[in-house]
Amino acid sequence: MTMLSERQQLSYIAAQAADARLNVELETEGMTLNIGPQHPATHGTLRIIARLDGEQVVWAEPSAGYMHRGYEKLTEVRTFPQVTALINRIDWLGSFANEVPFILAAEQLMDIEAPPRAQHIRTILFELSRIANVSLFLGDLGVQMGAVTPVFMAFRDREYVLNLIEGATGGRFHPNFDRIGGLKDDLPKGWLDETRQVMKKLRNFCDEIEDLLFGNEIFQSRTRGIGVIPADVARQYGLSGANLRASGVDWDLRRDQSLPLAYDKVDFRVWTHPDGDSWARCWIRLQEVREATKIVDQLIETLPPGPVMTKVPRIIKVPEGEAWVSTENPLGEMGYYVVSKGDLGPFRVKIRSASFNNISITPWVLKGVYVPDIITILASLYFILGDIDR
Amino acid sequence: MAQLSDTETGEATPVVDELRDDIVAKLRAELGDAVVDVHQIPGVDLWVRVTPEAWRSAGEALHSQGFDYFCFLSAMDWMPSPFGDGENDPTEEVEEDPSANEIRQGYAGGDTRFQMLARVTDTRRHVSVTLKADLPESADGSISIATWIPVYAGANWHERETHEMFGIHFDGHPDLRNMYLPGDFEGYPLRKDFPLLARLVKPWPGIVDVEPMPASDDDEGDDS
Repeated sequence: MTMLSERQQLSYIAAQAADARLNVELETEGMTLNIGPQHPATHGTLRIIARLDGEQVVWAEPSAGYMHRGYEKLTEVRTFPQVTALINRIDWLGSFANEVPFILAAEQLMDIEAPPRAQHIRTILFELSRIANVSLFLGDLGVQMGAVTPVFMAFRDREYVLNLIEGATGGRFHPNFDRIGGLKDDLPKGWLDETRQVMKKLRNFCDEIEDLLFGNEIFQSRTRGIGVIPADVARQYGLSGANLRASGVDWDLRRDQSLPLAYDKVDFRVWTHPDGDSWARCWIRLQEVREATKIVDQLIETLPPGPVMTKVPRIIKVPEGEAWVSTENPLGEMGYYVVSKGDLGPFRVKIRSASFNNISITPWVLKGVYVPDIITILASLYFILGDIDR
Repeated sequence: MAQLSDTETGEATPVVDELRDDIVAKLRAELGDAVVDVHQIPGVDLWVRVTPEAWRSAGEALHSQGFDYFCFLSAMDWMPSPFGDGENDPTEEVEEDPSANEIRQGYAGGDTRFQMLARVTDTRRHVSVTLKADLPESADGSISIATWIPVYAGANWHERETHEMFGIHFDGHPDLRNMYLPGDFEGYPLRKDFPLLARLVKPWPGIVDVEPMPASDDDEGDDS
């Protein structure tokens, strides 16, 4: 403040005092705000109940369960090969990735391993479902903040990936392609060449989105520094995938565990970000789509010849035992705790889905934020309702 | 060093998993007799069963060992389902097998029908532990165990889910409302004696349709 006379100073103080009195009189009012179940930000039907003080959230609680299908009970009356048709529908944007950990758990119990070619193709399809899933997230991100263009671009380029998945498996959304001991079929003719082209298109799409969305000032101001989750809180809640890495935890199940998948044969980078805010979570996902296209490119070059199915009995009985296998799915750590009693079907399957843990942090992270930020934080945490409710 | 290379060239040495052995040793040192049983598949996975009284302190001990990543928490009902497994032909004669109704616990053993099941991970050493605990029923049939929320905040929703699905009460949990089911729902769906009505009313339709597969000589896989 430049030189002020005593009189000016006094009037300034008086004005401040008057303002303060006004604020006391304009007391904020508490209210309860219901977001969802039907809301574009809820990727299905998640309902969020938020108690507000003025425009600030004092308490928020998601209410899940609008899509609970009871898969853990249903798996108990199905045979092992039948279960894959169910678990396809958990995270419906990256269906193939849901099948892999369950099949791997069954194979671990049976002590068999898929042939190298099948492992390679599994990894390729796994990464393709990651691209299909996360590219939709990148487009959807714009819609949450009022930008409509990115979602059209996302649907345009995701279509190429879905066509690839359909070409290889026969199903666009629910491939049901993975079998105990290998895969249903080999890849069709010409598929590899087309995949190379599509991967180029997807890298272009990433550049476009980065320019259009991540370079946008409105996007930055609405995500930077908002919804910060520190690393120790993220670990305590079991956040996984990009949400965990955005908090600076260098943990990726593709790299940090040995599974019969082809990840040890490719060179890729696990991105982390120190900030832990909404921006970091979105940015990590963008980088992951890029890495996924590189992984697919490398795997196509090194695809080994040979069969895609190992010898398994026609009627599959899984020996008694327990196995836990989890993989780095598009949404995070997805795992199955499979208990077999030597029967045709599993005795119990505990499904650990990524979104369930990722969303359980919302009461913590939404405390104290402003109403519009609820939407961006939820969008950046990224969940699929089927993955919460199972 | 010369000795080390000798052992490396030696064939079929039993797999030694120092990392997991070390975890078990530290747990035993901290918890003493509370560690009831350990099952290890070297290089793959580790199961530890503790007493129900030590459930919380086992979580704390693991947390202080660096297992600060919470994976999941759930329960197991080891009773074989009285309704069968649903994929067998109901018209077919089944041989009476008295061992079929026996409660057989899995890895790391156990004495009770229900067991706790939780898994935590150390993201620095890249290792995980599956923790189990017996769940004895009290005189009035209720089952309860201490909550893990003070150790792993993420256990909150998992315990709510376990509560409504298995009917296990978590002492000290602030909010055990149902997540999925209506508030006045009766029964605990994931218990084995809870019938899956859809399957009882109409048996698996695939059973009647299935035709015997043509037998081929070169097929190793047999029905046996």
